[in-house]
Amino acid sequence: MTASKVPVRKGRVVKRELFGIAPGPEGARENMQTQRPAEGSQSRPKKIEEVSTVTIRFAGDSGDGMQLTGSEFTRASAVAGNDLQTFPDYPAEIRAPAGTVPGVSGFQLQFSSQPVYTSGDQPDVLVAMNPAALKSNLPDLVPGGLLIINTGAFNEINLGKAGYPSNPLTDDSLSKYRTHLIDITQLTELALKDSGLSSKEVGRAKNMFALGLMLFMYGRPTEPTQRYLREKFGHKPEILSGNEKALMAGFHFAETAEMFAATYRVRKAAIAPGRYRNVSGNESVALGIIAATKLSGLQGFLGSYPITPASEILHELSRHKNFDFSTFQAEDEIAAMCAAIGAAFGGSLSFTTTSGPGMALKQEAIGLAVMTELPVVIVNVQRGGPSTGLPTKTEQADLLQAVYGRNGECPVPVLAPNSPSDCFEVILEASRLAIRYMTPVIVLTDGYIANGQEPWLIPDVSKLEPFPVKFRTEPKGYQVYQRDPSSLARDWVRPGTPGLEHRVGGLEKDFLSGMVSYDPHNHEKMVRVRAEKVARVAQSYQPTEVHGDSSGDLLVIAWGSTYGAVYQAAENVRAKGRSISHVHLRYIHPLPGDLGAIIKRFKRVVVPEMNLGQLLKVIREATLVDAKGIHKVQGKPFKVAELTARFEECF
Amino acid sequence: MSDNDRKEAKGGNGVSAPPVQKLSRKDFQSEVDPRWCPGCGDYSILAQVQKVLPELGIPKEKFVFVSGIGCSSRFPYYLSTYGFHGIHGRAPAIATGLKMTRPELSVWVVTGDGDALSIGGNHIIHTLRKNVDVKVLMFNNRIYGLTKGQYSPTSELGKKAKSTPYGSIDAPFNPLLLALGAGATFVARTIDVEPLHMQQVIQRAAVHKGSAFVEVFQNCNVFNDGAYLSITEKPVKDEMQLRLEHGKPLLFAKGKKGIRLNGFRAQAVTLGNGVSEKDILVYDERAEASLSVLLAEMQPPSHPMPIGVFRAVDRPVHHELEISQRQAVLKSKGQGSLAELLGSGDTWVVS
Repeated sequence: MTASKVPVRKGRVVKRELFGIAPGPEGARENMQTQRPAEGSQSRPKKIEEVSTVTIRFAGDSGDGMQLTGSEFTRASAVAGNDLQTFPDYPAEIRAPAGTVPGVSGFQLQFSSQPVYTSGDQPDVLVAMNPAALKSNLPDLVPGGLLIINTGAFNEINLGKAGYPSNPLTDDSLSKYRTHLIDITQLTELALKDSGLSSKEVGRAKNMFALGLMLFMYGRPTEPTQRYLREKFGHKPEILSGNEKALMAGFHFAETAEMFAATYRVRKAAIAPGRYRNVSGNESVALGIIAATKLSGLQGFLGSYPITPASEILHELSRHKNFDFSTFQAEDEIAAMCAAIGAAFGGSLSFTTTSGPGMALKQEAIGLAVMTELPVVIVNVQRGGPSTGLPTKTEQADLLQAVYGRNGECPVPVLAPNSPSDCFEVILEASRLAIRYMTPVIVLTDGYIANGQEPWLIPDVSKLEPFPVKFRTEPKGYQVYQRDPSSLARDWVRPGTPGLEHRVGGLEKDFLSGMVSYDPHNHEKMVRVRAEKVARVAQSYQPTEVHGDSSGDLLVIAWGSTYGAVYQAAENVRAKGRSISHVHLRYIHPLPGDLGAIIKRFKRVVVPEMNLGQLLKVIREATLVDAKGIHKVQGKPFKVAELTARFEECF
Repeated sequence: MSDNDRKEAKGGNGVSAPPVQKLSRKDFQSEVDPRWCPGCGDYSILAQVQKVLPELGIPKEKFVFVSGIGCSSRFPYYLSTYGFHGIHGRAPAIATGLKMTRPELSVWVVTGDGDALSIGGNHIIHTLRKNVDVKVLMFNNRIYGLTKGQYSPTSELGKKAKSTPYGSIDAPFNPLLLALGAGATFVARTIDVEPLHMQQVIQRAAVHKGSAFVEVFQNCNVFNDGAYLSITEKPVKDEMQLRLEHGKPLLFAKGKKGIRLNGFRAQAVTLGNGVSEKDILVYDERAEASLSVLLAEMQPPSHPMPIGVFRAVDRPVHHELEISQRQAVLKSKGQGSLAELLGSGDTWVVS
């Protein structure tokens, strides 16, 4: 149906047939801290309301370009000085059937003048580009939330594809929200009618219209997006001009259409001074890899096989061939790991990046790196499992395969970053540890961290500590498995070094000479020394940080991407007078040496995870504490409200 | 350690001066005694490799032998070069990572029919396709030896082995057709009991630029004894072996027989009775791959078994392409600056 058929309620004046405004319910919204727009306001929106925190979700068909709309709004908000976190949510299919619920692609961001720890539990604002997007996202919108709907997509066919028995725009189902009905499709067409673009190209530009609308609403400049468009479409002037026109049409429409009674401002957040950029977890991993390569002074190598949601790391690194860095898109996951081992044998700092199913395939080869004692950093961007599972969704269910996977007694250090920007630090640390202890190191990120973005204080390169490598070149007295007495690492020898020719491999080797050995006592000795070496990695850790009091009633132990939600929820519960503290583990294996003592200072321990209790098992095993788990396995991150409620239940 | 026997001058780290004194076979013998079964064809292959390596003018420390799993894959332990005994089937991938990052090394892969064509099938075809500059020696004994006698991907149809008591129902791979199909730029075959021929083939493989795939017919005297007797026995070998030589007619049986083209087929013919040497196909290892395929398809009893170099052509080498790409990027973008990279994109200052 067309927008003109949408009945307009309560006599609200409609200036154009292309949009309508449905009034919202009474009462201010807690989260957004705004007043409802003044009823019946017909003047240009002079009212500027200040809000501290807003969560917006853009949702549309996967062909509607919502990821771009979201990331451009993010860029504008970041440049405006807000703290923020984002989370894109997109279907696994490149093009799921258009207009259907499985084909809906969403992008959520929370931005604030206060510190932001998550991408927001529930959107305060929902932009729905079609019926399917409305249907799948409306339940998340807070009551009284702002709803912007592209009515142009609400025809019978799309309503049918979304499974709506009746048109939600004409029944009562939207009465809980402050709804703006705008025919974005037609407005974009009008704006671009003389552009010379095909109707398909015009259709694609409506995301820019929607973006323009929202940029105006939050007082954001359009210049960062225009710059992006020029970079992206500079070589296609008509597409560039079409997108710019659509963007500005949306912006001016919001300004002149008198439909929004107020616009909103979110002040700059009080964050540490310095130069910032937005970074996603995958970008942050890639930058960390380049930085680690530079700091080690080695040549860098990435062996990787495309897999969602890790591929962006391969893409990013492939662009940086001027950094003494090679990327190798291998024939499969196993080859990617094996090539990384080959490069490590050759003296490179090597990496492989993958996700759960690929991790499973690499396990035997990781065992080879353990046996040959070569440094390789393995990044597993976890996704929903088992098997193919939920490729584009997030989960933390690969902890056990990281810690315990592989045949034989095969310990590997495991680290987990807690946010997109933290990936950079963790990759540097994993690289340092891999080299210092001559061992593969696993880094566990996940889909939430990988695709989520947050502002990142760009590190001062001169303050990053180099970790140069000293290869052995002295043949005299060389023994393949002679070890450094402190780290138990063996010497790293580059092939090509005269007089140090030696053989390594997967067969058990003599404790010293490295010759193949089937001696039973030698095997046990080697098993124990490999375990001891990895256990000693913990001697390089910083003391564990406890958020909250160092002793008390409840200790929450969590890891990885749940950091923001756990931190915020623990703060909420503490603010209510409860004795609750939070430890967020960066080191999953070996566990920090001081963790046991910290645990002893609390009455109860709870471990929230996006799995059925994997860190929980590890902690119970290591400390014999009767810790309890909080589990969520829905392919979606924890919400602050969920965890707050669950933590409260612990008292 | 045999390393101590080294007589050559030692250079700096990874950049050796040319050897002052010529290396010998003994320089490539490790301190480990081979543990192959007595009478195994692998001994001969090891000996021929140890004879060829010192002749290549490459400092010993520049050789790296990478292997997978299987009897053949014990090979690196018996050589005194750098060696890497990998996991089953994955040697080509390990070697690729090594060669990409250390192009100055001479990287070899030692593998078997099970290792290369079964569990490692994916790696071998992609290594050949990419023309990674590694030398692959594939010992083909048509059986799983280390696991004690199961049929392999090159075992003949009907093969009775431990896992096929009623005979194999799987058609075998022809390794050379596989290599040619994968785009290998150097494809050859030799036999464990033909040491001189093997040396020549290995030498050719060693100097080839790009992937070299060498199938070595190798007798497993414990689990598949006599697999190649019908072509290696003295009384029949002249009749049953066809030695490929570039630019020479395809003659065998001491020149009494030859191969001529009959339409799209290679036909074994006896010279005389109107068939003269000029009817015989002259071999060209640089010709279209289809000629190599034609030869690789030939086998007894209808044809003699061709051995030698089937194909040797030039195609851009993987690491050279990689290096030139990196140099081009370096030229256009300049040496990467970490500070610039970290600070790229939209940035803003919080004061």
